[in-house]
Amino acid sequence: MTTSYSRRTFLKTSAAAGAGLTLAFHLTGCGRKGEQAAAMGEPFAPNAFVRIGTDGSVTVIAKHLEMGQGSYTGLATILAEELDADWSKVRVEGAPADASKYNNLQWGPQQGTGGSSAMANSFDQLRQAGATARALLIAAAAQQWKVEAATLSTEPGAVVDPASGKRASYGSLVELAATLPVPAEVPLKDPARFRLIGGKVARVDAPAKVTGKAQFTQDVQLPGMLVAVVARPPRFGATVKSFDATKAKAVAGVKDVVQIPTGVAVLAETTWAATQGRAALTVEWDTSKAMTEGTPELLARYREAAGKPGAVAKETGDVTAGLRKGTVVEAEFTFPYLAHAAMEPMNCVVQLSADKCEIWNGEQMQTGDQMAVAAATGLKPEQVVLNMLYAGGSFGRRANPHSDYVLEAVSIAKAINGRAPVKMVWTREDDTRAGYFRPMYVHRIKGSVAGGQAVAWHHRIVGQSIMKGTGWEPFMVKDGIDQTSVEGVANTPYAIPAFRAESTIMDVPVPVLWWRSVGHTHTAFAMEAFIDELATAAKRDPVEFRRELLANAPRHLAVLNLAAEKAGWGSPLPAGRARGIAVHESFSSVVAEVAEVSLEGGKPKVHKVTCAVDCGIAINPDVIAMQMESGIAYGLSAALYGEITLKEGAVVQGNFDTYRCLRMADMPAVEVHIVPSTSAPTGVGEPGLPPVAPAVANALFQLTGKRIRTLPMA
Amino acid sequence: MAIAFSINGKSTSVDVAPETPLLWVIRDTLGLTGTKFGCGMAQCGACTVHVDGEAVRSCSFPVSAAADKKVTTIEGLSADGSHPLQQAWVEAQAPQCGYCQSGQIMQAAALLAKTPTPSEAEIEGAMAGNLCRCGTYNRIKAAIQLAAQKGA
Repeated sequence: MTTSYSRRTFLKTSAAAGAGLTLAFHLTGCGRKGEQAAAMGEPFAPNAFVRIGTDGSVTVIAKHLEMGQGSYTGLATILAEELDADWSKVRVEGAPADASKYNNLQWGPQQGTGGSSAMANSFDQLRQAGATARALLIAAAAQQWKVEAATLSTEPGAVVDPASGKRASYGSLVELAATLPVPAEVPLKDPARFRLIGGKVARVDAPAKVTGKAQFTQDVQLPGMLVAVVARPPRFGATVKSFDATKAKAVAGVKDVVQIPTGVAVLAETTWAATQGRAALTVEWDTSKAMTEGTPELLARYREAAGKPGAVAKETGDVTAGLRKGTVVEAEFTFPYLAHAAMEPMNCVVQLSADKCEIWNGEQMQTGDQMAVAAATGLKPEQVVLNMLYAGGSFGRRANPHSDYVLEAVSIAKAINGRAPVKMVWTREDDTRAGYFRPMYVHRIKGSVAGGQAVAWHHRIVGQSIMKGTGWEPFMVKDGIDQTSVEGVANTPYAIPAFRAESTIMDVPVPVLWWRSVGHTHTAFAMEAFIDELATAAKRDPVEFRRELLANAPRHLAVLNLAAEKAGWGSPLPAGRARGIAVHESFSSVVAEVAEVSLEGGKPKVHKVTCAVDCGIAINPDVIAMQMESGIAYGLSAALYGEITLKEGAVVQGNFDTYRCLRMADMPAVEVHIVPSTSAPTGVGEPGLPPVAPAVANALFQLTGKRIRTLPMA
Repeated sequence: MAIAFSINGKSTSVDVAPETPLLWVIRDTLGLTGTKFGCGMAQCGACTVHVDGEAVRSCSFPVSAAADKKVTTIEGLSADGSHPLQQAWVEAQAPQCGYCQSGQIMQAAALLAKTPTPSEAEIEGAMAGNLCRCGTYNRIKAAIQLAAQKGA
């Protein structure tokens, strides 16, 4: 995305939405939100992103899902900064599904959250929205006081006239402001005068999340609602042959048992009754078309493919000649399937009627889900109403181009003809086994060094495509290459004279999806572990070796140097400890991490991670630190323990006893250093993750002399 | 047969099968949704509540075992979020997605009730059964230490 693109889009949207909303409010009440606003005494809605009440309360409309990354706080901060709002009066409300107003500017006409884009795509838009509202409030005061608007100023929550000393709270001006024309262009604040952006602003969602009041999909209760659980095929590709619901229906509280495209749903008055009903259900599965391969068979197939040329994603210099020079190193890296394993298992609430389908969900992909549900129900997209609730984690799982679990919930509501609202819940085992995993990959790399310098690098990546078969395929799969499989390799910043990256897409009936930091989950490991191997072959210090190759990548160089300096790179450590480093760019942010490790009982123990991040203007430094900590924890969990394996087309793991996740005692100390920047903000939800696994692996090599080429490590 | 117990200081009686996990009685029967479902087999701690002051995993605790006892959920820890741990949690900016935090706070409250000034190892030991996929562990630890300093 470029700034000019987002700015143009904003002006177009805001001109239409701003005037439209103000006008529509007086004529028809601009829909439900407007009616609510009126009832709550909030007559001033100068654009789609803010309403201000006569009591001075400021409601920011968040177009992005809050799934833990602090988006609600960040979005409100940007708008409040330009509005010059009194932060104590700011609250946040999730936006409805309406791509004409709330599209993600990095995704074109689509509304949704992902790719660490919430701040990046909203920064200009919400600054304009806040500044526009402020300009209207100033214009209202100017009219009231009969002075020129240009002579007035604001302080948090009020317009002031420095000449006369007059002061009017925003709340007292909103009724007049609502009648004034929305200006086409407004001046933005000089970033040097930011008081919220870059400052210490507490998360808006924290109080509700320490009292149990935060509302998740799992918590939705509707009158007459039934809870549904689904018996799904034990193997990918199997289908229902027949089922006997006699015993299930005998369970107290079970109301119905229905077949749906993905299995058999048991509906009951309570969650416990539904799961008991499912346990009593007998289903015979048709496995004639079911997957038969397991992980060893897949690995053998992937390895064979890695021995053959793939589609060329990037070619620089003469790799064949380069690999005949100096010392040659070869390595094969394998990465398992990974489940997202958000703390809140997937779930969705659906209320279906003849002319409406209303959904409550940790909604991450409004436009895609709205279109898919419309197609499944025969309703118009605007008849699909999506209520965006807090998500108990997602890490990519709730944004699915296949709308899988949303459509499953809708299919249950359809199967009972909308007789009752349905809350479909997945158990932990359902969530672990249903798939939409980070794909399994094999990387094979051959590189050479001569005279202490990197000469050539030949890289093959083999695995399933995330984008194939989705609406995103036309944009993301080109010439047989899924961009998400090669990101982080094909665009490497390392100035290696001869470089070739190839990719082979495998067809496997296992559902796959992006998983926090997408392709970078494996490409960063392969790149950063192998560059370390080359540094060793070249008999060079890993930081120095990288530094030379990054001479023309100033942001990478800056974080690399900062992380190394803050971690005391090269300084002595206690016996049995070692450091490793990695640097990687993802979602336009660059992060370097130094891991300090030891071995405890032969197992890796990560004591500390020193992190340096360049994410443009730091909107909320503490939230950035949180996201680096979070990415490190999530990445370390996968690096140490994360692994989904298959046996004859069935997932082996089920609950947290078999799909092990990082616990408190495993969590390293994390120190975060933010590179000062005046550039537009980039993402933080994902970029903290990719460097941690290779940094740990590189540190372990310093201890053991053995390279780690297979994840998980422990 | 009705099972009687106290929930957040109020007497209640529920007519459910005795083996029903306390979690589903709290959530579905009594409508208190602050206590979360995460795993259903005492692996993640999201469902942690107090029974007579002890932290238990309500997903694997039959309601019959709570008969005539005092059950406390996150809603009963304080009326308004004023418990020292809740305040420390906000001060340390611990929550991210927030889903596991009720269970984390209830586990920490049981720890501090017995061990008012826990060591780091004692905190790690007591909190070992509470998963957080957002990785808020360091801030949770800091919040517990903050509350301990203030004499929670």
